[in-house]
Amino acid sequence: MSNNALVKKRYAAERRFKAYGLAAIGVTTAFLLFLILDIAIKAMPTFFVHEATLTVNVDPALIDAANPVAGDYLGLTKKALAAQFPDVTSRGDRKALNGILSAGAADGLQQRVLADPSLIGKDVTVPVALNSGADLYLKGYATAQLSDRQKAWLDALLEKGVISKGFAWNFLLNGDSREPELAGIKGALIGSVLTIIVTLALALPLGVAAALYLEEFAPKNWLTDVIEININNLAAVPSIIFGLLGLAVFLNIFGVPRSTPLVGGLVLALLVLPTIIIASRAALKSVPPSIKEAALGVGASHQQAVFHHVLPLAIPGILTGTILGVARALGETAPLLMIGMIAFIVDVPKGFTDAATVLPVQVFLWSDLPEQAFQSRTAATIILLLLVLFAFNALAIYLRKRFERRW
Amino acid sequence: MTRLLFAVSALAIAASPAFARDQIRIVGSSTVYPFTTAVAEAFGKATGMKTPVVESTGTGGGFKLFCEGVGENFPDFSNASRAIKKSEFETCAKNGVTDIVEIKVGFDGLTVASAASAPDVNFTKQQIFMALAKQVPDKDGKLVDNPYKMWNEIDPSLPAQKIEVLGPPPTSGTRDSFVELVMEKGAEAFDSLKAMKKEDAKAFEGVWKSIRTDGAYVEAGENDNLIVQKLEANPNAYGIFGFSFLEENEGKIKGAKIEGVAPSFETVSDASYKVARPLFIYAKKQHVGTVPGMAEFVAEYTSGKAMGDEGYLADKGLIPLPADQAGAAADVAKNMTTLTADKVM
Repeated sequence: MSNNALVKKRYAAERRFKAYGLAAIGVTTAFLLFLILDIAIKAMPTFFVHEATLTVNVDPALIDAANPVAGDYLGLTKKALAAQFPDVTSRGDRKALNGILSAGAADGLQQRVLADPSLIGKDVTVPVALNSGADLYLKGYATAQLSDRQKAWLDALLEKGVISKGFAWNFLLNGDSREPELAGIKGALIGSVLTIIVTLALALPLGVAAALYLEEFAPKNWLTDVIEININNLAAVPSIIFGLLGLAVFLNIFGVPRSTPLVGGLVLALLVLPTIIIASRAALKSVPPSIKEAALGVGASHQQAVFHHVLPLAIPGILTGTILGVARALGETAPLLMIGMIAFIVDVPKGFTDAATVLPVQVFLWSDLPEQAFQSRTAATIILLLLVLFAFNALAIYLRKRFERRW
Repeated sequence: MTRLLFAVSALAIAASPAFARDQIRIVGSSTVYPFTTAVAEAFGKATGMKTPVVESTGTGGGFKLFCEGVGENFPDFSNASRAIKKSEFETCAKNGVTDIVEIKVGFDGLTVASAASAPDVNFTKQQIFMALAKQVPDKDGKLVDNPYKMWNEIDPSLPAQKIEVLGPPPTSGTRDSFVELVMEKGAEAFDSLKAMKKEDAKAFEGVWKSIRTDGAYVEAGENDNLIVQKLEANPNAYGIFGFSFLEENEGKIKGAKIEGVAPSFETVSDASYKVARPLFIYAKKQHVGTVPGMAEFVAEYTSGKAMGDEGYLADKGLIPLPADQAGAAADVAKNMTTLTADKVM
């Protein structure tokens, strides 16, 4: 073969390799786009919601001023809806008409009246939640929940301008609920935040202290080697194992309350601890030895050299490792199964020992419910979870760029 | 650093004192979960007490937690898609959980469904057994590996389609119920297997409990929504799941008739559709009085506005009990009648 032909062959090989590379990137991007688009389209119905605005007469006969909590607010709301359709009189028809309302239709009214008891006896104009089937119909989706008459009533209300479309604040401001139109992610979001605070408060100092000792102070002997190998292996242990460990140790031996962010955070701290130790050691190792040696040379003690010079320079690497570890913890469900955080919890947690659930668990729970509207809530929660993870990764990149030093 | 470590240890100490529980805790079946959560929410709204925490652990996992003991660290209720087993009842008794109240709350139908565009079919339990069992009897009654590939090989009246059934994995309570309600009965329809049941009950159990693994039965995971989506995409496949999913996706999928009866609200309720199972909640009577709201919660569950024909649980897909059984359940709830050993099988 001539020299020229060989060169041509090498160029061809290079072109082929580039084409393979491009194809690989193309396929990955296509998968990702398809996935995100699919989720985004499914999530759409969740972000907007139809509400009826009705003027309700707060009848003092039904709402006792002495005990306004026990009042029949739903009854008042149903009356206000019936007033829109004076020709609907039979009991069965009235029941069908009320069927377009949410079980929580009167929640807004109740809050208004409880906050301001002087409203009793007056007319109040409030937004009234429709049930998820009615909402889906108004958004143009097929639904088996409504009869043709109910659809006609909804069309009539829409024509009268009683029904309007708005941003679904319920989704962001409510805890979990069995009614899709009332279910929100606030409880899971706060649960996630509380859990991650416990995880960080425990895993960061422990991880950094362990890494510092192993990297800078530990004698080099077989015991240190065994510990090192074990930490590396621990990073690859399936997460469910940590859940079982948490059940056996934290719940059964120490009696930490079940389903709480405290026990969830403890388990997740164990999960991310190896990751943080490995990342921190790598960061400490990457600090040039000349810096430490210079400090030792001017008379600093070993500890001073490490704490004054090595650790500050390793912080960007440690932070990046920690944030990536925490991002992993944020997406875990399996270890939480064992410690009772896969649960229906309506009340938004107020502290570390209140029952709580977390975002990925909320995705898991909603994806398994039969109501159509929960499918779109699942997708919307996935988007929110992705955004949170995205923010965490962006923070890691920012910190690295901000504090990075070159030698 | 020292300050941080300090904060962590302070946190650990703050958490250790025993907590006084003022919130009901419920564990158990994922099938009963959608109903119990609805009741829990209504209970929270109506009474102003803390809304109970409902965990989805599966029936067996639920009983394990429930039977661990009496006290605020142990759950107050367990949801179950089958009755408590003798072994579970004994574990309970051993751990001091002696006063258990069993309340039947309704039925759940199991459906064999297909895409709405697929042809209508009418299966017998025997045909389903022949399609899905690992081993079936041949003409002489000898057990052979399942030879059927097409539905019309089993019976000419069935469509000429490949056998492809999507269903739950062995860990699921739905699968347990399916094999007991359909496969066992289907197997009993063969004379040779009926004889086997008398001679060697263990071997017989092995026959009806073993589902074929050559690809005709696809384990589609615990998530019923997933099966529904796959059916829409593939009109040749059948799926096995709970009745509430059929109802919610009406128009997209339809239920096959079994022994001539199509699954519907009415046919499951009056027991003419045979593939249905009762659902239960179990209450720990020893917690009544210590954990606030136990009696009120049970009263809410068995009330007409929840469990009744027009109640909100019916809207969620629970099939209500016939009037006499509903009355009996309400009585049990009111008097908190405890379960005795002779009633447990």
